[in-house]
Amino acid sequence: MSDVPALKVSAIVKTYHVGTALTNIFKGRKNRHTTLTALAGVDLELRRGEILALVGESGSGKSTLAKILVRSIRPTSGELFYGGRLVPAKRTKDATRRIQIVFQDPYSSLNPRLTVKAMLAELLILHKIVPRREVRAESIRLLNRVGLEESALDAYPSQFSGGQRQRLAIARALAVRPDILIADEPVSALDVSVQATILELLTSLQRELGLSILFIGHNLAVVQHLSQRVAVMYLGRIVEVANTEDLFANPRHPYTRALIESVPRMTERVEDEFVIKGEPPSPLNLPQGCRFHPRCPYAVDACRTTDPPLMHVEDWHESACLRFEELPAFSSVRAR
Amino acid sequence: MTETPLLSVRNLVLGVVRRGRPSTIIVDDVTFDVAQGELFGIVGESGSGKSLTLRAIAGLLPGGVEIISGSVEYKGRNFTSMTSGERRALMGPEIAMIFQDPMTALNPVVRVGEQIAEGPRRHLGLSKKDAMDLAISMMAKTGIPDPIRRAKAYPHELSGGLRQRIMIAMALSCRPKILLCDEPTTALDVTLQHQVLGLLEEMCANFGTALIFVTHDLAVVNETCKKVAVMYAGRIVESGPVRSVLRDPRHPYTKGLLDSAPDFDHPDRMLKSIPGFPPNLANRSVGCSFAPRCEFAQPECVASSPQLEEVGPDRLSACFEKFTIFEGAHA
Repeated sequence: MSDVPALKVSAIVKTYHVGTALTNIFKGRKNRHTTLTALAGVDLELRRGEILALVGESGSGKSTLAKILVRSIRPTSGELFYGGRLVPAKRTKDATRRIQIVFQDPYSSLNPRLTVKAMLAELLILHKIVPRREVRAESIRLLNRVGLEESALDAYPSQFSGGQRQRLAIARALAVRPDILIADEPVSALDVSVQATILELLTSLQRELGLSILFIGHNLAVVQHLSQRVAVMYLGRIVEVANTEDLFANPRHPYTRALIESVPRMTERVEDEFVIKGEPPSPLNLPQGCRFHPRCPYAVDACRTTDPPLMHVEDWHESACLRFEELPAFSSVRAR
Repeated sequence: MTETPLLSVRNLVLGVVRRGRPSTIIVDDVTFDVAQGELFGIVGESGSGKSLTLRAIAGLLPGGVEIISGSVEYKGRNFTSMTSGERRALMGPEIAMIFQDPMTALNPVVRVGEQIAEGPRRHLGLSKKDAMDLAISMMAKTGIPDPIRRAKAYPHELSGGLRQRIMIAMALSCRPKILLCDEPTTALDVTLQHQVLGLLEEMCANFGTALIFVTHDLAVVNETCKKVAVMYAGRIVESGPVRSVLRDPRHPYTKGLLDSAPDFDHPDRMLKSIPGFPPNLANRSVGCSFAPRCEFAQPECVASSPQLEEVGPDRLSACFEKFTIFEGAHA
């Protein structure tokens, strides 16, 4: 069954309780809002062998979702399906093995006191990936897979550059032979000239190992280059999902449009017809109705009262905008 | 004879001086001019010396790094021979700076309105009340909603975008002639980056302020600046008008940078990364510092270091092979 998604999340909600500040208690003031909504009902499918990009501004809940997917944190409610089967709240060792993550900052995500050999051997032995005597051979194979030499085995993370460390983090994620790789802003901390090699590596992993990759990022140029599908997040909700080409050629949510308009370009600058004002509201105090309406130039009365769900626009394209049909035509392709 | 430039950096060499051992050169022989109202960008990767060059102009070099030789002249007066008092009098009314991270650059225990008002009180001699009025009007000009109430806020009570606007309001409050920007939008989200860049451009145009803008993002330079210098391993390797440098690079490093960054308007273009790593600055070779990573390197590139030479109107490139590599390119 090829149409069963590799990973599916359904109605994931994550809220945090924020205590009243001590100073406010002394002043006799009570905070009115004590619940922070990080994720407000997220539905998403990661298909087999695709690279799905998740974009959105800081605070939109991208990384919270990533952490829920690898079970670093528990969702408040909602379900997670792996290959069509519900993943229980307490995961088995095998279930954790299948979903691996690469973090943004390769300087803090590797243990500085473990050599590369020890780091990989620990995983290979714990998860019984290969017999003990083949651990070294398997480690070398992994290093070669991510473009590092055998000589890296005895080195510590501090001896590597940022790009090499990110390769090590990828090798570590691949060691347990996962089906799904979550890449949480893996190139944001790297220089441009190094960034390209990591993107290339991710593409080759997808092609050669059939890995399904959820790529979290905020650089739309990178996302457009790398992914097959894009999901746009805003304040804990997915507001638009579409194939990459579709999304950029025909965005059907004003927020997606605003993001596209904001990308710095290498072409001549054109006068903006569409600029959104202000900043995202606080997740402690979400607006009534559509969460984007305070910044949206197309907002009408209905937007202030109705919180729109993701709606079908056309095949493989969904938008959470009440007025998606009425939005003026727009395309990221500029006249040159 | 053209008029004297506003700011003129001449053969600037920065380095770490160590007793008994040769000093480590971090910025080597950097020369550029910035005219009144000019928008000048410096691009390069981490460790290329772009931020240090900017900090040298502002007189904010970190401990241990010194100006070894060269000069920074502002309106014909040499910074390096000024007393710290003379220099401090220039910072604010003449030259101001915006930092990458507005959280660490603002004083956390002073209300933002007072922080903005401090410069005008000291340099323009305004009374406390007038300075506060100016601060509030500057906040309004940078697009901060409800400036009267926000002026009483502490930095931690504001979001990243608002803090960066406070920084801009503070930097421009004394109407400086030059604004130094050290990656002012790197810590911001794209939609905010877009807003802040637009604001900077508008404010500089209104006040006739020149901008020196340090960033690693070529697309940001393309949208913000008119002239650009590309730095690699502490040296300027190419400079010229933004349009022509980015359309038609004349140094293999500039070309490498352009080829390795995904371009939003050409999503299908293959990315080509630059092989190898930047050189260790403590152990410089005699040749071109880009030679080990350069696909066009010739024996002479390893033997000696190329100087910046003219390659077109207002354009310089430091590459021995600049005419052979880019022969097909039109001027």
